[in-house]
Amino acid sequence: MTSTAVPPPPQRPRSWYKRNEISLTPWLFLIPAILFFLLYVVFPIIQSFQLSAFQWDGLGEKEYVGLSNYRELWDDPAFYTSLRNNLIWLLLYLLAIPAGLFIALFLNQTVTGIRIYKSLFFFPFVISQVVVGLVFTWFYDPSFGLLNSALGLVGLGPVNVLGDPAYVTYGIIAAGLWPQTAYCMILYLTGLNAVDPEQVEAARLDGAKGWKMLWYVIVPQLKPATFIAFVVTIVGALRSFDLISIMTNGGPFGESRVLSFYMFEVALSEYGFRMGYGAAIAVVLFLIMLCFITYFLYSMYKDQKGR
Amino acid sequence: MFPKPIEKSSRSIQLGYQSLLPVALILWLLPLIAVALFSVKPAADFSSGDYWTLPSQFGGWENYGKVFFESDMPRYLLNSILITVPTAIGAVALSCMAGFALGIYKFKANLWLFFMFVAGNFVPFQILMVPVRDLTLDLGLYNTKTGLVLFHIAFQTGFCTLFMRNFIKGLPFALIEAARVEGVAEWKIFVYVVLPLMKPAIAALAVLIFTFIWNDYFWAVVLTQGAESQPVTAGITSFNAQYRAAYHLMSAGAIVAALPPVAMFFLMQKHFIAGLTLGAVK
Repeated sequence: MTSTAVPPPPQRPRSWYKRNEISLTPWLFLIPAILFFLLYVVFPIIQSFQLSAFQWDGLGEKEYVGLSNYRELWDDPAFYTSLRNNLIWLLLYLLAIPAGLFIALFLNQTVTGIRIYKSLFFFPFVISQVVVGLVFTWFYDPSFGLLNSALGLVGLGPVNVLGDPAYVTYGIIAAGLWPQTAYCMILYLTGLNAVDPEQVEAARLDGAKGWKMLWYVIVPQLKPATFIAFVVTIVGALRSFDLISIMTNGGPFGESRVLSFYMFEVALSEYGFRMGYGAAIAVVLFLIMLCFITYFLYSMYKDQKGR
Repeated sequence: MFPKPIEKSSRSIQLGYQSLLPVALILWLLPLIAVALFSVKPAADFSSGDYWTLPSQFGGWENYGKVFFESDMPRYLLNSILITVPTAIGAVALSCMAGFALGIYKFKANLWLFFMFVAGNFVPFQILMVPVRDLTLDLGLYNTKTGLVLFHIAFQTGFCTLFMRNFIKGLPFALIEAARVEGVAEWKIFVYVVLPLMKPAIAALAVLIFTFIWNDYFWAVVLTQGAESQPVTAGITSFNAQYRAAYHLMSAGAIVAALPPVAMFFLMQKHFIAGLTLGAVK
């Protein structure tokens, strides 16, 4: 050992990782998320497509049946009821958007205590749909429910909302609209905060007010909020399951089923474990959603390019 | 500001507005107020048919006592916590990393991967039911909290990555460039430069995920059964089967189940709303 030994020069060849650090790092950071997502989301979607061509009880051997699950769907009245209800859900759920805007406009003031009011109006969204479902089941109850007590006061007979095939879906949607409206309201309250006050003043000087002001000046500026409200409302409508399961369990006579609920019933409840048939329903639901997903992604893509 | 600030209106309109507010609020929350009222009424009120009168005496202690000490409710609440907290931690961790990768680096697959996460997040998750249940069974995790947590982490990663990526895109890129010029390793940039700036986003996501997962019912029913691993949303239905028509107990149970996310919302309101309204303004 001599004292002339010097440490190796710092210019030694850089490791392979070091040379490729910038292109490798994103992948290292992405791997866990991608693996999880592939395993639990992407592959199951593909598997659903596959499974829809089989007959399977979830335990035994799968039996290839081609398109016969879909042929059975074609002649299944329960499927059409579910499909029809899904469309009603989609259409009526959109009411949450104007309703949310209306409440947001009502609350967009600066009086004392308004912040508490805003939070309390938002309340229904924070509560589990299971609890919302229970609450509304009692609200509709024909013997003691608040709705019928109120109807009784004005002399109208008791209506068994959840027991009547004609009303049941609308009754459940009304319950769903409650939290959804709160969600849209909070989106619009944030949007209204960002409305350009100078534009509003300028429009006011030009004599715009009331509805005209709202429609031509305010609503265009709320476009980002409206887009998000639209997305979350469509997604929410197609995911409707909890309320139906809690409030009616699909009844009466299966009249309140939607596709997601019918699929659950077919595949996992006492109706028998028909996984393949359930998967076929899942595929139909996925295709409906795909139209919307394509539109959402296209809008976001345009937006990304625009930046 | 729109609509016109009420302070600029006449005194009578101001008073009208001020008095309309509480009325509107009570109407809006009427179903909840009814449940809160039910939960403090003694059983006797229901058997004598007095549903909508004020409680003849305060039965709150007894009702809530029953819920906490004579039912499986505490067990379900504990399960909910043991499912919700790990999910929030896991989803936030995964999406911080994925969001960093997608927000900072330019590479070919970037936008495609981003859109994969976004699209997955929009999927009506019920269509994953059969394969995910099957996968969970194969992993031996059916009817365990772990099975539920793993799925929730995976599914929430879609939304969280969307959120984190957009947040990181909004950070000043000059910071990262400066660190690179200094020769800081990329992972150190993540830990020491980006992560500290992400605190508000992490808080917002954690609160949101807590609420979403706490309120999940569908997956709780699909992937678990029985009191040893089911969360409170699923528990409350069996609770209701046990106390059918005991409205005072059902109401108290419903309120107990709903309370944690409500408390979370009020404590972390700013973060909660910031998370929900991401992208509602440009």
